[in-house]
Amino acid sequence: MQSLLKRLDMGAFVDALTPLLAVLAALFIGALMLLALGANPVEAYTALLEGAFGSFNAVADTIVKATPLLFVGLGICIAFRGGVINIGGEGQLVAGAVSATAVALTFPDWPSWAIIPLCLAVGFLAGAIWGGIPGLLKAYFNVNEILSTIMMNQIAVQGMNFLLRGIMIDPVQLEAASRIPQTARLSPATDLPRLVPTRLHAGALIAVILAVLVYIFLWRTTIGYRIRAVGLNPDAARYAGIDVKQYMVLSLLLSGALAGLGGAVQVLGLHHRMFTDGSAMGFTGGAGFNGIVAALFGQLHPLGTIPASFFFGALLVGANKLQRAVQVPSALITALNGLVVIFVVSSDIWRRRRARRRELEKVSAALAAATASSAEHMEAAGDR
Amino acid sequence: MIAELLTARVLIGIAGSGIRLATSYLYAALGETFGQRSGVLNLGVDGIMLMGAYSAFYITRNTGSPWLGLLVALLVGTAMGLAMAFISVTLKAEQGISGIGVYLFGLGMSDLLFQKTLGNIETISGFQSLHIPALSESSNLLLRAIGEIFLSHNILVYIAFALVPISAFVLNKTTIGLQIRAVGQNPEAADTLGVNVNLVRYCTVTFGGLMAGAAGASLSIALLNVFQQNLTAGQGFIAVALVYFGAWRPFGVLAGAMIFSLVNALQVWVQVLGIPIPSDIAVMMPYVLTILALVVAVQRVEEPAALTKPFERGEH
Repeated sequence: MQSLLKRLDMGAFVDALTPLLAVLAALFIGALMLLALGANPVEAYTALLEGAFGSFNAVADTIVKATPLLFVGLGICIAFRGGVINIGGEGQLVAGAVSATAVALTFPDWPSWAIIPLCLAVGFLAGAIWGGIPGLLKAYFNVNEILSTIMMNQIAVQGMNFLLRGIMIDPVQLEAASRIPQTARLSPATDLPRLVPTRLHAGALIAVILAVLVYIFLWRTTIGYRIRAVGLNPDAARYAGIDVKQYMVLSLLLSGALAGLGGAVQVLGLHHRMFTDGSAMGFTGGAGFNGIVAALFGQLHPLGTIPASFFFGALLVGANKLQRAVQVPSALITALNGLVVIFVVSSDIWRRRRARRRELEKVSAALAAATASSAEHMEAAGDR
Repeated sequence: MIAELLTARVLIGIAGSGIRLATSYLYAALGETFGQRSGVLNLGVDGIMLMGAYSAFYITRNTGSPWLGLLVALLVGTAMGLAMAFISVTLKAEQGISGIGVYLFGLGMSDLLFQKTLGNIETISGFQSLHIPALSESSNLLLRAIGEIFLSHNILVYIAFALVPISAFVLNKTTIGLQIRAVGQNPEAADTLGVNVNLVRYCTVTFGGLMAGAAGASLSIALLNVFQQNLTAGQGFIAVALVYFGAWRPFGVLAGAMIFSLVNALQVWVQVLGIPIPSDIAVMMPYVLTILALVVAVQRVEEPAALTKPFERGEH
């Protein structure tokens, strides 16, 4: 029994280690790529670390970069735990950001205590709609949510372009010949508190608090429990009387809402206006996808996603320094992020195998116990 | 204003560019059809397209031979398809997510190589388009229409359209096609009948990679003749959706690709003519349409039963 317990702990330990190994493997391949590009990997990674943590400002920038990853990643935790896949983070960020901007532009005279919560709530709501639609389509029309969330990304981007080139455009840009598609700077009343002189804003704090709330929600409330039950085994959940469809919608809706809130926070905390380069990436910087990477790295656990987001934020910030130091484009980090995703989901096979072996051991132990006890019964019967 | 859109010149232009624009979608979506029919969803198509587009462009620029460029794009696509097959068939990774990994890898890698080896956006001369002055400059409207709509394209366009009936034939009338469909529908039964499930899936996913490579090349060395960061702008994701839209049938995929690219072509002309329809809304329409089509389509056709489900012997 003692040794079994020990082995169980070892298994969990190895499971927790897997993402780290995946990152190490990705960084190793990155080192090979750097060598192939004629750069010194040690020098490159040192520059990356320095860029991410070298100064107080650098750490602040890392946190700023990590914030949208955490918002999206928390949503991904809920969705994936609920058994639905949300690839729509990009669109949900955009939807939340555009709506929050629209509200801020509509009420330029409102004081901070009123306008900030309103903007955040509207961003949350817009994200909820953007995630809820694919949820409804999946639950009641059997439409694959991977596809519908991808489509919703494109729709959000075109909607954003339409609004930013049209009615939401900065009046100054309208008069200038350039007509850059961006809004005017929002009223300073909408600015989230900021740690001057860095760019670190209160959004990071909101995200961390939310991570705790999402953890409590998923593991300490009935609704959260049901979401996870549906994700683990929808058939069993159905037999247990859970309305599976309703919870699918809820998972995607909440997932989108958190990303939408993240979009609103990006506007109020960092950019103070909305802008577009024609694609979603121009505004999001790919956070909708990198948030998935962070959540996976954090083992789909809300609290694990906090350090995971920080880590990937560091990679993204450090990449710029790396580019300057060894003349290797920062796109390297995007490629490495892709490898991390691939390694993490691929290594899942070993986790599943271990889990199955543990299950088998448990079953055989139970069987052995049952046989032993029935043998005792037989003996007892024989004595009589 | 709308009347301007309905002139013969514009209608011919829209039809012609619609066919041209459908090409990359066709390659990517037809390849993806084979993979999904066998039960594997490859969401990394866009990343493979980007790598194919980059390598085709780079080779063509340096050798002057678009055929060599195409060949290298096919090889790169094949290699990435093989990697995807290993990830999803052998390692049985969750397909909706591993595809995002492949996408990010292709996105970052193609950008990295572009910045390192090229740095600037430049144009090259890739595959030349057919040019038959007797038709395209004819005063006879019918001849001109035929010339511009059907006989003014590069070779990759014609190959893409030829692949539609060929794919349909292979999937529906050959033993290989039967095996692919069986593996996607009921892998356990196929396995019992002696079909090597994993081998079939390896082949279809690798072929899908090859086709995605061709799709990328059809953009960078035929349609646009440029390469830049994120050249495909998400076309690979649309291609995946087109497979659903087309109900996993090559001709359905063709219909979807044509609708999609015709709307895009229309939108280009709307802008050229300066018609005040917000072009962003026009560009949005195909995506809305795709969602609606998915709602209708899934009500009438079933997806391959084993789609996204890794096969494990003796699981049942």
